[in-house]
Amino acid sequence: MNPKLTRRRFIKGVIASGAAATTTAAWYSATGQEKPSGFVERLVRINVNGQVRNVDVEPQETLASTLRYKLGLTGTKLGCNRGECGACTVLVNDVPTYACSVLTHSFKNDRIETVEGLESANGDLHPVQQAFVEELSPQCGYCTPGQVMSAVGLLRENPNPTRDEARHALSGNICRCGSYDSYLDGVMRAVELIG
Amino acid sequence: MAYMHIGKDFTPPDVPGKVTGRIKYAEDYTREGMVYARLLTSPIPHARVLDIDASEALAMDGVFGILTADDVYPDGEPQSTGLKILTNEPTLVGEPILALAAVDEKTAETAIAAISVTFERLPFVTDPLDSLQPDGADAYNGGNTFVFRQGFAQEKWTADQVASFRAGNEPTAEPQQTVAYGDLEAAFSASSYVYEGTFTNAGYPHMSMEPRSAMAYWEDGKLYLYGGSQSLTAFADGIAGIIGVPKEDLVFINEATGGGFGQRARAGSVPVYAVPAKLSQKINRPVMMRTTREEEFTIGGARQGLTGWIKVGFKPDGVMAACDLWIVSDNGGKGGGADAYSAADCISVLYQADAVRFRGTAIGTNTAHRGAQRGPGQNQIAPIISPILDVAADELGVSRFDIRKINTPMTGDVGGPQRTPFTSAYMPEALDMASAQFGWEERQSRRRQTNGSKVIGLGIGQGYHNAGRSGMDGIVMMGADGRLKVHNGVGNLGTYSYAAVSLAAAEVLKMPWDRVDIITGRTDLHLPITSPQDGSNSIFTNTRTFYGAAQDMLAKMKEIAANELGGAVEDYDISNERVHQIADETIGMSFGEVAAIGIELGGKYTGEAELPEELAEWTQIAANRLAGTGFMGIFHDPRHEGNPPGFTVTCCEIELDKETGKFEILDMISIAEAGTIMHPKGMDNQLVGGAVWGIGLSALERHLYDPQNGIPASTGYWQSKVPTYLDCPLKIDTGWVDLPDPENPVGARGIGEPSQGSVSAALTAAITDALDGHIFGASPITTDMILNHIAGTSEESVPLAQNNFRG
Ligand code: FES
Ligand code: FES
Repeated sequence: MNPKLTRRRFIKGVIASGAAATTTAAWYSATGQEKPSGFVERLVRINVNGQVRNVDVEPQETLASTLRYKLGLTGTKLGCNRGECGACTVLVNDVPTYACSVLTHSFKNDRIETVEGLESANGDLHPVQQAFVEELSPQCGYCTPGQVMSAVGLLRENPNPTRDEARHALSGNICRCGSYDSYLDGVMRAVELIG
Repeated sequence: MAYMHIGKDFTPPDVPGKVTGRIKYAEDYTREGMVYARLLTSPIPHARVLDIDASEALAMDGVFGILTADDVYPDGEPQSTGLKILTNEPTLVGEPILALAAVDEKTAETAIAAISVTFERLPFVTDPLDSLQPDGADAYNGGNTFVFRQGFAQEKWTADQVASFRAGNEPTAEPQQTVAYGDLEAAFSASSYVYEGTFTNAGYPHMSMEPRSAMAYWEDGKLYLYGGSQSLTAFADGIAGIIGVPKEDLVFINEATGGGFGQRARAGSVPVYAVPAKLSQKINRPVMMRTTREEEFTIGGARQGLTGWIKVGFKPDGVMAACDLWIVSDNGGKGGGADAYSAADCISVLYQADAVRFRGTAIGTNTAHRGAQRGPGQNQIAPIISPILDVAADELGVSRFDIRKINTPMTGDVGGPQRTPFTSAYMPEALDMASAQFGWEERQSRRRQTNGSKVIGLGIGQGYHNAGRSGMDGIVMMGADGRLKVHNGVGNLGTYSYAAVSLAAAEVLKMPWDRVDIITGRTDLHLPITSPQDGSNSIFTNTRTFYGAAQDMLAKMKEIAANELGGAVEDYDISNERVHQIADETIGMSFGEVAAIGIELGGKYTGEAELPEELAEWTQIAANRLAGTGFMGIFHDPRHEGNPPGFTVTCCEIELDKETGKFEILDMISIAEAGTIMHPKGMDNQLVGGAVWGIGLSALERHLYDPQNGIPASTGYWQSKVPTYLDCPLKIDTGWVDLPDPENPVGARGIGEPSQGSVSAALTAAITDALDGHIFGASPITTDMILNHIAGTSEESVPLAQNNFRG
């Protein structure tokens, strides 16, 4: 096997270039050195959690990279970085989306929501977050932001899901701790809290 | 007993941070001037590095340096199995050879591609029985096995011996290890039903959701290391040794950990954290090493695969007379664990057989690192032994519930080849509770009922793990504000045990929970040593230490009150955060006032004198740094007697479709027997989480390697197939016995591991039941195996092979 030819390596390359724009720009400007050839900067405006953010984005930069490494929104997690686990789930126009598998520049006209944007202005937790606390839904918590976003997406589309509908809606979110039952208890509790 | 906190639900302090995304995992941290490390890993399964030419890479803009095995092992690499930080002698694909630091990951990857490594290819093997063949390849340099204190050795069988085992017969080779008790021959003679057959348990990766990324920097001679671990102080204690930094100069920061399951309990399983630490030291910059899912697979560890032969005899009344077990363990590329022995121990404990013999041989393969994974051994044997019990029950005309009740362990019994007495054992109560809540008897009429191509299967299973240790240290502190500070080095694994064990301290001092602070998350907060958080031990081990530390504080409070207010220590009690005379509660003082006096007095009251002599070095460092800063309770826990068990019982009903080979779990209940229940919601989480793991073990998860090239084929979630929402029942019911264990001050024991074993046992029994008692002798039982069985075609292309589609 030539490791360079695998899809895995390709995606890693994409992610690495995402990280590059922030850190490289900062480092080269700090050290006064010339940027190497091929270094591209592109200013993109994206709407994240209700705020328009201007951000340097490379052509193949994923949304997860931008959120985590440029905007500091580290609540969005990377479990696999290749569309298998759902840890990176965010909402794009209310639709749960794997942020590791979409490119930032394709969301210039969209509404992106991350787990950091759910609390109300006065600091109250979103009902899904509150319900997940009450039901002790998370275990290690690494998949939790993704589970929260999928659940919020579900309840916006269907405020009264059955447990089975919730199970299907969240089935793109793996929980290695196996806390599925507790997350479903949380979703059903959130339905009650929203009333 | 009525408790103020124990047995009641509470919100552990880290939960809000988990639902808001605010809590930080290692990769969420940044540091001014931070640069990025990438690993160059071995592309071949067994090799020797002859030359590394990094000149081109090192000349690139933005590259700061590389770290090789020669840097980390200047006196030569350790000649033993076990993970190394970096190596020139890789024994599996993906083993780290060197690390390179650059301004960003893209530059690091580009530079790594410019490094030329010359490898000498060496023979490799992916199946232990292949390695045992006379001409089989050896996984390690110097042999295919490692003998403790003697080094590498070569173990070979004759071709006939391997072929006979693969054909289903008892191995005739000399085992590396034999452990036995009882008269095996007599016990088999007394048996009226004897089962004999071979089996395989596939190894599979841990696949923790958070990859093992780490960040490190040095400042004022101290190393600050950010990483995820199951333990906190125990892990820090170990990684200090691996990195070679004095314990007092390491600050390990680990607020949260994205899953552990055994593989992140001890530093020896995660030596790769030394890479950013050593690179940072070499290039004098903070270094972040982000780990990919693929790297997490190769260095993240796996369960040992077991290839075995089992013979079990039952007396006419269903009593298990004898069990004879022979297991070849797959130790992978870096040495393994003691799973096979634990499998025999588990049978002895759960079924109280009159005679047990265990024979085992451990053989390396050039596959992922093997080590502790949730119930190592106990949980692999669970799906193997449970269907055997059921077939024996049917043969002997005993009910499937009764055969378990007849053989059940109970208080006063002993278990395991060492014949260790239980501290307590309420398995009969757990069996009864599971049966009653599930309606086991009532459901028997549904057994093997068909509906078109679908058939109902019922299963019952038991799980066990030794669940408690002792001999650790506890520290609690209080300031003039009267708040109780529990200095907690347990670690935040996701079980909330670190928080639940702190309840023991609050209970002793009758403190309201909102007046208790758990001090944890980084070792420069001065935390005592505890046992690594594995083996379901945390609850038992650390309730002992925190209870003891709080008792020490309570005794000191009464001393101070008696001195200040008159009377004897025995005349005092506490309530509502006050120490007061029993006869007249108005004569007393608040905890804050007592603490302030203690701080004024100093000496033993503040940890400046009379510390327990037996404190571990790590605790001494913490206690010395805390000395004089507050009112201190401190305790070294003596050793306990006996085996504190964690038990579970699971019942389930499945509907198996004979046309597709798929099944759906219609109903499932798991009951825990773990002494006093500290935290009901935490217990529920362990039961449902273990259930999901049990489903994976029984039906889904396995390592796959390309035997031609030794390349892993199951590095991702979809290839290794961890269970998803849709593989699990819509609801898993839970319950617990809740009777106290006398060897623990609050009666509690652990549960995390058996919760998987009983589910795997019950589910495999249900599959067997649906297929009229067919014993596959395998975990996992996959859809294709079920279909092949129904079609009457051969299930195995290579019998008893590990790391392929069967094993
Ligand atoms: S990190 Fe995006 S799906 Fe796993
Ligand atoms: S809570 Fe750990 S992965 Fe879901």
